[in-house]
This record gives sequence, structure tokens and C-alpha cells, in this order.
Amino acid sequence: MNWFTKTFTSSIGRKIIMSLTGLFLCTFLVVHLVGNLQLFRNDDGVAFNVYSHFMGHNPIIRTIEWGLVLGFGFHIYESLMLTLRNKSARSHGYDQWQAKQNSEWTSRNMGILGSIILVFLLVHLYNFFWRARFGTPDPDINHNDNLYKVVVTSFHQLWYVILYVAAQASLGYHLWHGFRSGFQTLGLNHRKYMPLIKNFGYAFAVLVSAGFAAMPLYFYLFTNDQGALTKGVSLTLQHLTLAFN
Amino acid sequence: MVLNSKAPEGPLAEKWDKHKFNVKLVNPANKRKYDVIVVGTGLAGAAAAASLAELGYNVKAFTYHDSPRRAHSIAAQGGINAAKNYQNDGDSVFRLFYDTIKGGDYRAREANVYRLAQVSVNIIDQCVAQGVPFAREYGGLLANRSFGGAQVSRTFYARGQTGQQLLLGAYSALSRQVAYGKVKLYTRSEMLDVVTVDGQARGIVTRNLITGEVQTHAAHAVVLATGGYGNVFYLSTNAKYCNATAAWRAHKKGAYFANPCFTQIHPTCIPVSGDYQSKLTLMSESLRNDGRVWVPKTKEMAERLRKGEIRVQDIQEDDRDYFLERKYPAFGNLVPRDVASRNAKQMCDEGRGVGASGLAVYLDFADVIKRTSAQAVSQKYGNLFEMYEKITDENPYELPMRIYPAVHYTMGGLWVDYNLQTTIPGLYATGECNFSDHGANRLGASALMQGLADGYFVIPYTIGDQLAATPPKPVTTDHPAFAEAKAGVQARVEQLLSIKGTRTPGQFHKALGHIMWEYCGMARNAEGLKHAKAEIQKLRREFWQDLRIAGTGEEMNQSLESAGRVADFLELGELMIDDAYDRNESCGGHFREEYQTPEGEALRDDDHYAYVAAWEYTGDNQPEVLHKEELVFENVKLTQRSYK
Amino acid sequence: MAGSAATTNTKPMNLKLRVWRQPNRQTEGQIVEYPIKDISPDMSCLEMLDVLNEDLLHQGQDPVAFDHDCREGICGSCDLFINGRSHGPEKGTTTCQLHMRKFSDGDTITVEPWRANAFPINKDLSVDRSAFDRIIQAGGYVSVNTGGAPDGNEIPIPKDIADRAFEAATCIACGACVAACKNASAMLFVSAKVSQLALLPQGQVEAKTRVENMVAQMDIEGFGACSNIGSCAAECPVGISLENIAILNREYLVAKATSNTLA
Repeated sequence: MNWFTKTFTSSIGRKIIMSLTGLFLCTFLVVHLVGNLQLFRNDDGVAFNVYSHFMGHNPIIRTIEWGLVLGFGFHIYESLMLTLRNKSARSHGYDQWQAKQNSEWTSRNMGILGSIILVFLLVHLYNFFWRARFGTPDPDINHNDNLYKVVVTSFHQLWYVILYVAAQASLGYHLWHGFRSGFQTLGLNHRKYMPLIKNFGYAFAVLVSAGFAAMPLYFYLFTNDQGALTKGVSLTLQHLTLAFN
Repeated sequence: MVLNSKAPEGPLAEKWDKHKFNVKLVNPANKRKYDVIVVGTGLAGAAAAASLAELGYNVKAFTYHDSPRRAHSIAAQGGINAAKNYQNDGDSVFRLFYDTIKGGDYRAREANVYRLAQVSVNIIDQCVAQGVPFAREYGGLLANRSFGGAQVSRTFYARGQTGQQLLLGAYSALSRQVAYGKVKLYTRSEMLDVVTVDGQARGIVTRNLITGEVQTHAAHAVVLATGGYGNVFYLSTNAKYCNATAAWRAHKKGAYFANPCFTQIHPTCIPVSGDYQSKLTLMSESLRNDGRVWVPKTKEMAERLRKGEIRVQDIQEDDRDYFLERKYPAFGNLVPRDVASRNAKQMCDEGRGVGASGLAVYLDFADVIKRTSAQAVSQKYGNLFEMYEKITDENPYELPMRIYPAVHYTMGGLWVDYNLQTTIPGLYATGECNFSDHGANRLGASALMQGLADGYFVIPYTIGDQLAATPPKPVTTDHPAFAEAKAGVQARVEQLLSIKGTRTPGQFHKALGHIMWEYCGMARNAEGLKHAKAEIQKLRREFWQDLRIAGTGEEMNQSLESAGRVADFLELGELMIDDAYDRNESCGGHFREEYQTPEGEALRDDDHYAYVAAWEYTGDNQPEVLHKEELVFENVKLTQRSYK
Repeated sequence: MAGSAATTNTKPMNLKLRVWRQPNRQTEGQIVEYPIKDISPDMSCLEMLDVLNEDLLHQGQDPVAFDHDCREGICGSCDLFINGRSHGPEKGTTTCQLHMRKFSDGDTITVEPWRANAFPINKDLSVDRSAFDRIIQAGGYVSVNTGGAPDGNEIPIPKDIADRAFEAATCIACGACVAACKNASAMLFVSAKVSQLALLPQGQVEAKTRVENMVAQMDIEGFGACSNIGSCAAECPVGISLENIAILNREYLVAKATSNTLA
């Protein structure tokens, strides 16, 4: 083995890959979330479909997409390798095990949380990505694929909403530990900055997961099956606007 | 045999340099043809094994621990002395030499002690280079403190864990040589005998503590670094495994045992809390810098206190007897260890002791807390206070600590000459297991110094003198002496297992400890010693008739290990008593009640007892023969210690 | 402050012990129950086991083997997993310094050995931690031969750096970190030594090869990887900080990226 493969098959090397891919995926989450905020514009999905069209056809984005695939791929592969190593480090367990006295639940269950996210990811990819790329959705008024409609339809199915929200909760917990853990693994740990990184990570975990979870909840609870706000919600919003003015 | 110390002639300051020039050297190409066995991997052993391997010798290092890093050197708290004079306060090699000789009550060999003071400065350099994290000043230079009443600040320290850090330094040097293949490390291997061929030490017999396998190992020289024998008292500040077996086996093979009665009792230990107690915990001597030692003025009050009728807070200032301050106005609470210990015992003997057992005195921090603040005290002694509370469940910020003396260190040990060679050619003894440098009483922060001096800077030179005279032919375990020694060890294991009596090794050990502590502890007298000798002989007979251990010899068997060690303690204890009986004077840690000044202080007899008592083993249940090495003092004037 | 009065018992206790018994490395073991009476709250946990062992010897049974030595919390020998925790329930405490007053009359106490494949069991509660020694042998030292060291004050070291190096150096190699870690990882142990020497100027010369070799040996021994859970630091009796693991990661990454070792 040369030094390179030796480095990245070592326990710390694999962790470094986990950390780098994890932090890269965090940036993806930010882009994805910001783009998806178009869903809330109440414009019949016009802006969202423009955004989707851009994401689906821009050559730069399409290239980065492969990076994303690799990011997920390595993150998942290394997690499996590390889990196997870690399981084989203790083949005989304890009769009594009180880990909750010395550590957070999230940090001990990153594998379970990640697995839930993975299941969600497959469903999510099939539902949106696969259909957008290989399906034939209806066109909207700008002749873009009307993915907005696909979103609205999906988010009016209860099971899908539940899966989505549960997955986002898992993502939140995953990031709660993962964000600062990524910095620790890279050795970016300093007495002065660690509290900042830690708190930023917690905020990041909450905001990102809440932001994504808000989408299915919004459509399920507040819109009709065309994606328009229901009457009651519109009225309430009008009243609120008036009240504040 | 006439004991020849081989101390070089000439002026004190030149002896070591001259000797280093005069010892024979082993040709560098030949060094790899010599095998050296080092038993014990504490400060002295690890330092010796590493240094000898660096020179090129093939070293086999043995420890009964699972790792060399567990040796009891690790528990030393206070620090290590060195005559660096970094503090510009008048320290020098001669002053360290003088303090050590005087502190030892003039029962140590001048040449050895001077060499110790000389190499002390190299030890600090060596340890710093290894990465030992000594305490430092804000300017980045090494910090020092004054320790144990010394008038100069020459003690280097790493918080309260100096021993740990120094041992880890030596352990790392040893580990490096293991990685290079120059040291073969045998862990969980207990040495149970020395093998001699034609009067020369040629190897050892060990028992693997996991498999029970008895093995023999051959070498051109054997270095013992097996620590002290304080556990003969059962309760001491020593670790549970500390034992005298290696040294005692060597003694029975012909190595003289010197000054066995010189044991150091440390005044500030946490008192015994019950019969189940397995060991005593030392509280650093530094506590006496600020704590005030007292007991109630009257026996009646102490009794009511013990019964719980009154609380310590109820005792008025006028009813407290700060006995050290009263008796020694000049030194107060900072009198030397032996004086502080004896006075605490005296108070308890008068019935004025405190605590449930009545075997404790108070060490009170109320004054210093009032004068400064609890926070200031915490900064200085925080970890000690925490340890005290963990063990006793009492908060020393609110209640005075209870302390009592406990056995801490043994100045006696295998007799060695200036080369650290015992009376068996080729067998060396280093560190606490030899008798050489502390006389009748050891100064605080000098044990670490001696262990490392012997290991790093003395034995690597002196062993060459012997090896250069030995042909560099391979040694093997083929000689019948090895088989014989191995059979002896196996027979003894079988014998211990076959008794099948009713009392456990722990019970015998405790019984021995009681006898030793009662009659050969802080104060001794001829009558008591005579009684104790008979008691020990009786106990030893009972041991070999009524011992009960479990299991077999072919497995991990801790009760068997313990039994073997207790068997040796039962023999060593008797020799300690013989030695104490024979030494009709009081000096250092040896206080004979018959020999004291009118004020109750130790009374030396330099005309008759300025010698090292080296005992020769002559056979089972035979009286040992005393050989005397007269001590010659050319550079110091013998004075009576006074702390009034 | 450790040991607040509120949790403290003063009366003798009767307890039920559940102890892992295993004759040797090759034979499978099991948990055996022993009732034990009149345990003083002032006893240490190991003294309680001493009492059990004396009882067992008198009954003609094999005493429980366990590792211990100094009994003052510094040698790192004692290594019991008590009621699901390394060294038992009290924070910052080795088993030998854990006192029975932390338990209550009638309690059931389960005592197990450290569990990690890199720490095979010798017998009962005693495990083989020589893997730690081999990791140190791989590079946990500064290569200076005896003699020839420069004067101790030649290299000034800032006090805060010296203090941090000291804090890392206080590791007692008991293995509580490995035992408590879900992954049986030895990263806290390895990081303590790597940090100590990485912080000090004396350690710089060999810094890169040291961390490369020590991590390689750690992996060979079969310890798990770190997933930044923090159980290790929480259970460490001497308070070795997780910060050391970050330092180890950084040292490793930099060493691998910049050292001259090609293999």
C-alpha cells in the first residue's frame, strides 16, 4: 500500500473522509434549502419550476451533481467500513451498559439516523429527481416541467409527509452531532472557537431540518391540492397583514 | 568476608570522575555479546534497562505488572531534588550531599551520597529532554520549591504527580529500546530466585503470572531494581504488590542485607478506618507548611470526642494542644518526618488521639483559611483535599484533617559497594532495594533522585567493570544450577499449595503487620523486640502448617502469589527485628526507647554504631551473621540533630 | 465537590454482587452472583472485593482475580466496569478510589471486565492491556539517549504550554476510555501521548513519524475508530480532554500530508 491508500484506510483517515464529505453535504443542504424556499412563494410554482429547470439543465450544476453523488457515496461507504471495524472491536458486549450516563444519544446513533436518512433519500430521489430527469411531468405556463405540481401532489399524501418529517428530524439529530464532530475530526479545535462552532452547529441542525420539514407540513396543512393557500389561511394572512399595518 | 565498599580514594569531589576513568570499558563491538537481566521496571529498573540497551547490551527486563508503567515509583507525589541552584539561593552539590548525610543521621557512605548529589543535575536535564512536563515559571524556565524543611529550593516537580511523570519518561525510554529490539520485555513475570554459577550471578527463575509457567533466564549480569519492603508491615503507603521476594531470594543466595531495621514512617497519612483496610494513603508532606497539628489537651476530652459526645468544633482554642509547636518552637509543624511521627504516636499512646480508633491527630487548616481564603488554600492543596474527602467523606475545609503516621520507605536493603554490586559477583541492586544512599532516614524528594541516578548514571558505568572481566561467550540455561533453581521454585509452589490449612495469606500478612508495627515500628525496645521475634517465629511455623490458598500453580493464581510474598516477609521481618535489637542506639527512622536524650530525642552512638550492618544468611532457621562496614566521615562533622 | 453528603451512607450494607467469572482466556465465562454482608461504607470497592475473596477462600472457592496495585488512583492497574460504567458511577475516580458509600443497602452491583477485543481477558476481571504498551513502543517517546542532554533550562517552554502538556501526560493508561467507548476506540489514550509530545518543543523532531506510527499500531491492535461520542473523556478518571483527540487528528493529517514517508 502506498502512503495515500494507507492514510485513507486508517481509522483516522476514514474519519477524515467522513468529515470532509459530511461538511460538503452540509453545503449542499444549504443550497437545496435556499432553492426550495421558492415553494413558499404562492405563485403557482412558477419560480420553483424556473429554479428546477436551471438545476436540471445547467452544465455546471450537472457536473457538481456528480460530486454530490460521490459525496454521498463515500460518506455512506466509509460509515459502513467504520461500523464494521467498530463492531469487530468488541465482539463480547457488556451485561450492563449505561452509556446514557456519559454521552448524548445522537452521538451514539449516527448510524441509525443516517440509515433513516438514506431510506428517505431513496424515496425522495425516486419521487422528485427520477421523475424530473427521466419522467414526463406536465409543463407549466412557462413550458418548464411543472415539478411544483409533483411536490404539491406528493405533500398531500399523509404517509409521505410523515416520512418526510421523520427524516428531517433524523437529519436534525444527525447534524446536531455531525456538524461539530466534522470539525473535531479535522482537528479544527481551538479553545477559543470551539464554543462558536458548537453553537453554530446546533443552530444549523435545527434550522436546516426545520426548514425542510416546513415544506411538506406547509402544503399538507395550508394549501389545496393545486398548491394554492386555502381560503381560511388566506383570510388569516390578510387579517394579520392588516393588523400589522 | 570483609566488606569492601570499593569507594575510590582521593578528594570527595574527584572520586566519581576518577572511578569512571578507572573502571574497565567493554569494547563497543563486544557490548552486543553481553546479556543483562534487569528485574523491576520502576524508576531505577526502567532507567537502567533503557540506558544499558542504549549502550548496546542485550537487556531482558522483567516486571510482575502488566506494564512497566505501573511500578510504584508512579505514586511519588512531592518531587525530585537536584543541586541545580537555579534559584540562586546557595545550593550546591556539596550542600545536597551534606543535607542528605545529615538527614540520614550519619549512617550512609560519603562517597555514594556525594556521587548522588553530583549526578542529580544530569537527571533533570535527561528528564526534560525526554519530554517530562516539569512545572515551569511564567518565563518558561523550570520551577522549584522547598520541600521537607530544606533551606534551599531544589525540588523539581510536576504538580503532585512527579513520580508518575518521571516514570513515564523512563518507561518511554524503555519502550523505545523494546521497539529497537534491544530490550526484551517480560511482563507479568515474577522473579522467584537468582541463579548462581560458580558464585557468580548468571540468571533468574521467574513465574509467569498468567500461565503459571516457571522459566529460567540466563545473562552475564543481573540487576535488581525491585523496590522496598515496607509491606512487611502489611499496612503501608506502598502499593499492594510491593514485596521483598526478589531481594530476599537474592539474600538467601548470598547477597548481604544491610540495615534492615531502617524504615521510614511518614507522619501525614490518612488514618486506618477499619479492619478491612488494605493500604494507607499518603497526604503530601507539603500540607504541614500550612496545617497545624493538634490533639485535645486532656485525655477525658479526647475520649468524649471519640465517643461522639462532643464535636471537634466544640473544643475551645485553650483546650487544644498544638504539641509540635509547643515542643519545637523553632521548627514547629515542620520538624523532620521521624520527629513528627513519633510525637503523634506519643499523643495517641497518652490517650489523646482522635477519630473512632483514637489513632489519629488533627491537621488543621482553619487558621490559614482565615488568614488567606478557602480559595487560596484550594489552589495550593486542592487535589489533596479532594483525595482526602473522597477517602474519608469529610470536608477538610470545614473540619480538620485526621492524620496518622504510616510506613512509607525502607532505607535498608541489599548491601552494595560503590559499583552497586551486591556480595554476589554479577548481581547488582539499584533504587530502593539497595541500602546505599539514605542512611537511617531519607529526605523528602530524594527517592526519585536515587532511583534515577542509579539507573541512568551509575549502573551503566559500573556494570562495565564486571562485564569487561567476563568473557563475551554466550550464556545459556544449560548449567545444572538453572534446573536446580527451577526445581526449587516449583517445589515451593507445590508446598504452598499442599498445606490446605485454614488461614489465608491475607490473615497471616495482617498478623505479621501487627507484630511489626507494634514492636518494630516508630519506637522499639529490647524487650518488645525479643517478644516480637518469638511471635514471628511462631507465626511462621503456623504459616507453613495452616495456610489456605486456592487453585493450582498452572494458572493465574493471586492467592498463591500473595502466599509466596508473605512467606518471604515472615523471614525478613525476623531479620529486621534482629537488626533493630542489635543496634543499641537511636538514629533516623530507628528509635530505641532506651536510647534517648533527656528531652526524648534520638540519641546516636557514633563510637559504637557508625557502621552499616550487613547480614549474611546462613540457612533456614539459623541466626544470620552480622558483618560491619565501618563508615568513615572525612568531609562532614557528626552532630546531634536538634529542632528545638 | 466529589462525594456530597447527600448521597452518603453510614451504616453497614448488604449487597448482591454479580461478578464476571472466567477461568482463562480460552474458556467462556459467565456472571456469578454472590451475596455479601456487612460492607462498611468507608471501604473502597476493591476492599469490598478483598472481603469477598477472603470469604471465597474460606469456603474453598477460587477468589476473583482482578488487577489493582497502588490503590491511590495513580498506577492505572484497576479496571472494573461497574454497573455499566468504567470505574463505576463516580466521576473522575478510579475503581480503587470508589468508596462503597456511593452505593445503598440492598443494591445489586454488576462487575465486569473491560470489554474490547484488543484487551483479551486473562482471568475473571483481569484483562491484558499490553496493546497500550505496543502503541507507546511504536513512537510514544523522544529519542534521546542517556547522557548528553542539554541543560534543563536551555529550552524555555511557556507555562501554559507546559501545563497543557502536563494535563495530557497525566493519563494513567487504565483503559477506561476504551471500555466506555461504544467503538472500543483507543483514541483518547493515543491522543494524550501524541498531544503531550506535540505540544512540547522536545517532541517536534519526531512529531510526524510518531503520530503516523502510533496510529498505525493502534489500528493493528484492533481498536475501533473514534466517532466523537465523548464517553471516553466523560469516564476518564484523570480528566483527559477530548481536545487531545482533535490535536491527534490534526497531527495525523498534517503528518500524512507532509512527511517524507512514502510507504
